[in-house]
Amino acid sequence: MIRLEKRPTPSRFWLYATPPVAVLLTMIVGGILFAVMGKNPVEVIRTIFWDPLFGEFAFYLRGQLLVKAGPLILIAIGLALGFRAGIWNIGAEGQYIMGAIIGASVGLAVFPTENRLIFPVMVLAGAFGGWAWAMIPAILKTRFNTNEILVSLMLVYVAQTILAKASTSFLKNPEGMGFPGSRNFSSYPAAQNGYLIEGLGLHWGGVAALVTAVLIYILLTRHIAGFQIRLAGQAPRAARFHGVNPTRLVVLCMGISGALAGLAGLFEVTGPAGQITIDFNTGYGFTAIIVAFLGRLNPLGIVLAGFLMALTYVGGEMASTNLGLPAAAVQVFQGMLLFFLLGVDVLTNYRFRLSGGAAVAGAK
Amino acid sequence: MKRRHLLASASLALGMAFGGSAFAQGLDKVKACFVYVGPIGDGGWTYQHHEGALALQAEYGDKVEIQYQESVPEGADAERVLTQMALGGCNIIFATSFGYMDPVNAIAGKFPNVKFEHATGFKRDHANVSTYNARFYEGRAVQGTIAGMMTKSNKIGYIGSFPIPEVMNGINAYYLAAKKVNPEVELSVVWAFTWFDPAKEADSAKALIDQGVDVIAAHTDSTAPLAEAAKTNGAVIGFGQASDMTAYKPSPRVSSIIDNWAPYYVKRVGALLDGSYEQADIWAGIVDGEVEIGEITDAVPAEVKAAAEKVRDDIAAGTLHAFTGPIKKQDGSEWLADGVTAPDGDLLGMDFFVEGITAEVPK
Repeated sequence: MIRLEKRPTPSRFWLYATPPVAVLLTMIVGGILFAVMGKNPVEVIRTIFWDPLFGEFAFYLRGQLLVKAGPLILIAIGLALGFRAGIWNIGAEGQYIMGAIIGASVGLAVFPTENRLIFPVMVLAGAFGGWAWAMIPAILKTRFNTNEILVSLMLVYVAQTILAKASTSFLKNPEGMGFPGSRNFSSYPAAQNGYLIEGLGLHWGGVAALVTAVLIYILLTRHIAGFQIRLAGQAPRAARFHGVNPTRLVVLCMGISGALAGLAGLFEVTGPAGQITIDFNTGYGFTAIIVAFLGRLNPLGIVLAGFLMALTYVGGEMASTNLGLPAAAVQVFQGMLLFFLLGVDVLTNYRFRLSGGAAVAGAK
Repeated sequence: MKRRHLLASASLALGMAFGGSAFAQGLDKVKACFVYVGPIGDGGWTYQHHEGALALQAEYGDKVEIQYQESVPEGADAERVLTQMALGGCNIIFATSFGYMDPVNAIAGKFPNVKFEHATGFKRDHANVSTYNARFYEGRAVQGTIAGMMTKSNKIGYIGSFPIPEVMNGINAYYLAAKKVNPEVELSVVWAFTWFDPAKEADSAKALIDQGVDVIAAHTDSTAPLAEAAKTNGAVIGFGQASDMTAYKPSPRVSSIIDNWAPYYVKRVGALLDGSYEQADIWAGIVDGEVEIGEITDAVPAEVKAAAEKVRDDIAAGTLHAFTGPIKKQDGSEWLADGVTAPDGDLLGMDFFVEGITAEVPK
């Protein structure tokens, strides 16, 4: 008999070994899946993980990795902060949308004024939009003890409805011949989030993601608030004795994650996406949850996880286009990654024990 | 022949002058690439584009290589996919959703040697961008005729995707045709704000059925509205959208609009092969075979079938236009005077309902 036994303390080895093992298992099982579909598994895996980095078109695709990873990292870091404290903000997608709408509104309101201050003000407005949207579940939780998972998730659908409204009415491009969607920021320099270094795919969103990773890492390891967050997650009772104010903690964590998601939305809409459209959001807020866990809720781990996730997207597309792989197969492949991550993660807190029938009897 | 040769050499010279931006000579082999907004398995919009791609392959055999990418989100992801395809050697790229408009024009500027074809859009910022569309509203007039005659509750419904001109055309044409055969008819519109989301589409159909609607037309890509209608034991009927959706024959699917992109794809790639390719803006309809009316089943009485087929044939013959005055706008203002047909410009920018529709355009 094999049974699971709880470890006295979490295994440090498995804490760090889990992500690579999960990636490896995904490659193996994914490879089997691709083989069953009649594709050469080695070629598919190489197309997904190797070609975007070192293949023929790497000069272009490497930049795309940061474009894709930037918003994921930015959102995931904020989420991780809350997850560590046991505060589950599942609605980053909604905060992302609201940040984009509020930020874009500020820019579009002063169109076509050219002023250096416009973009920074839009950035602040974007962060505010995300923060304010996250405050709804935060205040409902602290005031009325509602469940922040449900409330924040439901608010995603509200945000999507507001987005549809924005693109068909109050932000609609007056020169768009009646089509929904705002003006394109690529033709409004003062409000545009252009590439700082085109080849690297670096725009202000990428800068913000990397800077935030370092700041939050310092917050968690060197600052009292970071200590309180970790304590609240690991030992809620001890945290209370230690004088941690749960209300303040909820407001802080929800606020930071909301603001970061809002920032990601603003950078995306003024940069790569270019305009507010009915469905400009492509699920970064949800994917970021996977990234947060893949990165072990550690800001620096999340940076790596963000790039890995971006790789599966960009490489997955390549595999899909060049090798004729159905898009669904690529999605299954990405899903496997989370599945194996959570599966292998069991080993951090538990270990396998081989025990014969006699030993079990003896234990009784 | 001589003249064509002259033109060809002239454009070759031009092409060289502008960094080879024109295809003067034909290509020996064409790599044709397709960007799809949904999965091929949607059974509707994307499925039909893929059928067109397969027909293209069948037509030219090994002179054409097909590549495609399913479920590409509109926006930044589309730009990357388009760039990858252009870098990967695609000679012509068909981007098959309205939302690819800005990405197509952005990327086309960077790859002047690649031809870009954008379905249902209107921007052609560069010489290598063409647009193509189908006059779906012609098919809606046929469906509206069936709906007006078949409804018992005098309530018909329409599931709108987005309030863009293409959809507004469809709703208005459907209503006008129904009203013509049944002055009592009322139209309910539900906006799904998606092209493909079976759950949302089914909810939209449910909402319409709950309002007493017994004929549903859908402007979304999946078969979910028909599946919902099928649960009513024949009380509610509907139409195949974009694809024939034969699985729901003979009822609830009593007819369909089939988008037949194959002739267009064959023609454009053929032009690239023989060197006659030119930038274009095509809007083809029933007469061109791009909009087909799927079989009208025996679930409707013979006279309904005959009336619907007459509408189809009259539109094809050019004796009937789906928008023929007098038509007022919803707010009561004049649109088309008696006997006047709608100019294409009005249809391509349509952002209003016609008089009699009580639903509101999302504002």
